[in-house]
Amino acid sequence: MRTKQMLVALLPLLICPCLLFAGAVSGKVTYTGTPARQKPIDMSKEPSCAKQHPAPVTTETVVTGPNNALDNVVVYVSSGAPDDGQVPAQTVTYDQKGCQYIPHVQPMHVNQELKILNDDQTSHNIHPLAKVNREWNKSQPPGTPPLSEKFDKPEFIPVKCNVHPWMHGWFAVLTTNHYDVSKDGGDFKLPNLPPGKYTITAWHESYGTQTADVTITGNETKDVKFTFTAKPY
Amino acid sequence: MMKNRMICLSILFIAATAGSALAQNTGISSGYPTTHDGLNRDAQRGHGLYLRYCVLCHGVYGDGNGDTAPFIDPKPRDFTIATFKCRSTPTGTLPLDSDLINTLVRGVETSNMPSWRPLSGENRDDLIAYIKTFSERWKTEKPGEPIKMPPETPVTIESIRHGHELFQKVECWKCHGQQGHGDGPSASTLTDSKDQPIRPYNFASAGNDARFKCGVTNQDLYRIFMTGLDGTPMPSFADVIQPNDAWDLVHYLRTLQVNRRSKENEVLKAAGGPATLKTPENKSENNSPANSTTLAHSGGR
Repeated sequence: MRTKQMLVALLPLLICPCLLFAGAVSGKVTYTGTPARQKPIDMSKEPSCAKQHPAPVTTETVVTGPNNALDNVVVYVSSGAPDDGQVPAQTVTYDQKGCQYIPHVQPMHVNQELKILNDDQTSHNIHPLAKVNREWNKSQPPGTPPLSEKFDKPEFIPVKCNVHPWMHGWFAVLTTNHYDVSKDGGDFKLPNLPPGKYTITAWHESYGTQTADVTITGNETKDVKFTFTAKPY
Repeated sequence: MMKNRMICLSILFIAATAGSALAQNTGISSGYPTTHDGLNRDAQRGHGLYLRYCVLCHGVYGDGNGDTAPFIDPKPRDFTIATFKCRSTPTGTLPLDSDLINTLVRGVETSNMPSWRPLSGENRDDLIAYIKTFSERWKTEKPGEPIKMPPETPVTIESIRHGHELFQKVECWKCHGQQGHGDGPSASTLTDSKDQPIRPYNFASAGNDARFKCGVTNQDLYRIFMTGLDGTPMPSFADVIQPNDAWDLVHYLRTLQVNRRSKENEVLKAAGGPATLKTPENKSENNSPANSTTLAHSGGR
């Protein structure tokens, strides 16, 4: 009986020995220069949303933190990931709440199920302006169930609501499950990386992409830093 | 003998060339077939027609950047992304050839796209064959399945009233305005997928010859809001409006065409006019949707 329990416990390691030596990449995204000042959003035309924001709301094309930290940067393994092509079974969720997209940037795997919610008391139309994938545009009135969608090609897709022109977000459709979005002061972490050589890419909606090559030799966490040059316009 | 043979050969030659010319000139022009590597015969002919009739607006590369494009509003269609407004297929899918041909024949109301009805059927087919060479999507994807459209329900005051409730519930008025004048609160900020300003349709502007962007009939109107007009702010409502309910919305939208003689306007007038549609819940018609209408799949999550 005890032997059987041990075998069950060891089964994941037998299937994927790489779990014994799972490394990670973590780091911080920062900027130099002067980022564009974010514009205030006037939601007075949509009172049901305006009342959800006691504090002023601004655009989110550049979100910064203390010590020049840069948030909302998608950091992902663009080359070398062992599970490229494996579509995760779990869904990712994109919410419309207070006439804002939450999160502002939503990464997902190619062909992964995406659930889009409307938690507002007003109609939104969700309009991903895809160029590589198919562009579509669907109405989502309040009280209707989530929309379920997929994108079958990698692409960074801007998303907008035509009814509320200040609503802008992004879908980052990737070919890897190893991704994170910098937050809480530009921090990111990519866990569960077995020994190997990787290219790590950081993408920001206003400042473009940067890459870094890393080699993981064992159960270690490699530190990677990305620094974008901010533009004041 | 030799002379007779020459005459026979001449007659045969003339008959063959005339037959070929007739076959190609059934429309206003056969265009100028030009050699173009990688195109089939239809697209070769379509290329010639395209250079003659379409290139000034849609451009040599089909990207909507023709010489006249800077002066045109709304901008000409960009065929390289294969996104089309007028379709019988769901949002995000390729249209049927018949959808593209219908657009060609009809033109696009409120845009600079004229009707190409004078072109022959063969010319239209050739043009469509060529237009499809601008995007790889036509090689990798099939057109969508046309949406299902049940037979039209009778026009009754109940149908119009329910359509009015849907109009409030799904907030058509945010863009089109409460009277359908295209002056809703979001109208002034609308942009198309290329970030160009675009105006919502004004239902009240036309008379008996009223045309929509994608057709003139009740069936066309049904398709417009159920498939959406891809590339524009007009979304698809297929996920939120039940097929039979959609006919109610069609009937109500027809009453917004106040200058058009229609069964819908007659029924509404006989029932007491637009005032009869205002229920206690939506009498103010500001931001509050009607409460008695349910949407497709509603019930929360």
